[in-house]
Amino acid sequence: MTTAPAISAPPGTVAVAIRSEQLCRHYRMGETLIRAVDGVSLEVHAGEFVALLGSSGSGKSSMLNLIAGLDRPTSGTVVVQDRDLAKLSREELAKYRLHVVGMVFQSFNLIPSMTLAENVELPLRFAEVERGRRDSLVREALDRVGLQARKDHRPSELSGGEQQRAALARALINRPQLLLADEPTGNLDSHTGTEIMDLVREFNQQLGMTVVMVTHERALAERYARRMIFLADGKLVDERTNLAAAQDKTQGGAS
Amino acid sequence: MKLPDLTQLALRNLRESVLRNSLTTIGISVGVASLVAMLSLGTGLQQLFSRRLAKSGLFDTVFVSSRRELRGMGREEERAGPTPGESRVLDEPARQEIEHLPNVLEAYPDIRFITELRFEDKPHLTMISALPASAKSNDAFESMQGIFFSSDTAPEVILQKSFAEELLGKTPPLGAPEPNVAELAKPLLGKDLTMLYNQRAAAPAPAPLLQKSEVDNAGSGIVGAAYSVISREQKLKIVGISDLDVESMRGPMRAKVFLPLRLAENLHVMQPADLREISHAASDQPVYASISVRVKNPTQVQAVEDAVKKMGFTAFSILDASRSVQQVFRVLFAFLGIFGSLALTVASIGIVNTLVMAILERRREIGIMKAIGASDGDVKKLFFAEAGAMGILGGIVGVVLGWAIGQIINFGTNLWLKSQSLPTEHFWAVPLWLVFFAIGFAFLVSLISGLYPAGRAARLDPVQALRYE
Repeated sequence: MTTAPAISAPPGTVAVAIRSEQLCRHYRMGETLIRAVDGVSLEVHAGEFVALLGSSGSGKSSMLNLIAGLDRPTSGTVVVQDRDLAKLSREELAKYRLHVVGMVFQSFNLIPSMTLAENVELPLRFAEVERGRRDSLVREALDRVGLQARKDHRPSELSGGEQQRAALARALINRPQLLLADEPTGNLDSHTGTEIMDLVREFNQQLGMTVVMVTHERALAERYARRMIFLADGKLVDERTNLAAAQDKTQGGAS
Repeated sequence: MKLPDLTQLALRNLRESVLRNSLTTIGISVGVASLVAMLSLGTGLQQLFSRRLAKSGLFDTVFVSSRRELRGMGREEERAGPTPGESRVLDEPARQEIEHLPNVLEAYPDIRFITELRFEDKPHLTMISALPASAKSNDAFESMQGIFFSSDTAPEVILQKSFAEELLGKTPPLGAPEPNVAELAKPLLGKDLTMLYNQRAAAPAPAPLLQKSEVDNAGSGIVGAAYSVISREQKLKIVGISDLDVESMRGPMRAKVFLPLRLAENLHVMQPADLREISHAASDQPVYASISVRVKNPTQVQAVEDAVKKMGFTAFSILDASRSVQQVFRVLFAFLGIFGSLALTVASIGIVNTLVMAILERRREIGIMKAIGASDGDVKKLFFAEAGAMGILGGIVGVVLGWAIGQIINFGTNLWLKSQSLPTEHFWAVPLWLVFFAIGFAFLVSLISGLYPAGRAARLDPVQALRYE
């Protein structure tokens, strides 16, 4: 990654992880038609760290849900790792979410009745990974986020930062290529938020995961994302390459 | 998701809202308990009935009589049967032949006659019947006082309760409580009776041969006196008093006084049948009115019955009669089953309710699971597993509960029976098949109840579910 990627890099030079073309997601709310995503075309390269920025209601979360395969487009296409998501069956979409995507949310979304270890293990159960292998994978994931000591606690017994770290561990347990983060620091203080973002960057740089992060905090995006995509009213309005974050890469990798 | 994981997650979810799920499970167990209670009552009654039949010694017995014996008794099929000429005489060779049929334990003649018994110089006219040694295991003698015959030829006698009363001269008024057998036995056991009877002896002169056509008229009297009749006496010792009710028994048991079979045979007592079979009874060989054939196993009764019929005799077994009774039990069973299932149906609505509530409560959780890769099938299976787990748990608890209810009712009824000085009965039975059937049925009903909630949970839109707080 020597050059800053453009919105459509010349094919062949860098692998494309995500590509959307005239992507639309409209829905009705009573009488009015809401154009949550309205004709967005973009590309994200493999291993890239991209931030989707915009005010609330700009459609950034809807965009993320479409990429995550949680929602289906009204029109247009979204292709992730050569899969046209609109054409996948419900079953195939579930498999896609299981193996290709890892997600973290603003509200952590851990299952309250399960311990941390069980939360992290859950995707392995859906993936039908053998019992014997699961324990070591869970331990490895918890070690990576520094939560091994708290593995038997329930989410309610932990701080927000710890919960989000557990969510990160869960997101990477099936070794997906894509990490989708929806306001990952939204419920955290700035110090904890930084810790989490450092972890996300670590995943991006050490594990080579492609990261798409939705946020409304420009400062956060400038610090970590190498490219910022601005959305407003469901449309792509601006895009910037962030050289500072690109430099930070080496520092972050060293620290 | 694999079954162990499903089970584990389902049980964990059930534990999470333990009160609600316990209440639902209790609902199922009450349903199962009522089903088990109803069906085990049905089974118990059926077993009681079968046991009574088997113990009465009738269930494995085929009654054989000569065809001519039944002629003229108004039985249509017998009239259409072979002519007397084709039918055989039920004599000793015939008895031996029957005894050698496969699966036959023994074939013994039914010796029954009415004669006079003297006890303390008072005459008593009564029906006397001979019993084989095998009758010892008969439940008629289960609660008798004294002992069974010491041998098959011993000059001993067992009295029926009502005859014992008669001997002691204390016939109770109608409707009075049944006398205690033990009290009756005390003054009688070990005492002697004198039996006066007519012995049939072979005639000194060769008997004139009668034409076969005349056989039917032979019942009118001792025509041509093919044998002589001698009056004799026999001393008998009272060894037992049976509390058997004459009216409830059939066959050889329907008498007031019982003699050992060999002893009775050796006495050559004149029997009513001798008069009818006079032409054939000319010799020393006895001719029997009927023979009881004991079969090794009740399932072979039909085969033996058929074989005997082929030999030219009339055969009848209690199986014929019990077949219609079995039919009645089947109807009773279905009826009890339907009533028992009603409560389970109500309980299944409880499952639907609980699971629909759980979906509302766990909407977000379902959304999370879908977001991290759970398929519709996974979510559906999870709810199915929860329904199934409640079904199995409820089924197990219900079977135990139903069994306990049965035990309590049985115990209570027996207390009452005892207070009425009636013998206790075990009319409650939970057979193994019922245990598995009840648990399986509860499981099935739960899965059916889980269909709608599971489908609804699976269809949940993850984006909306995640937005839900």
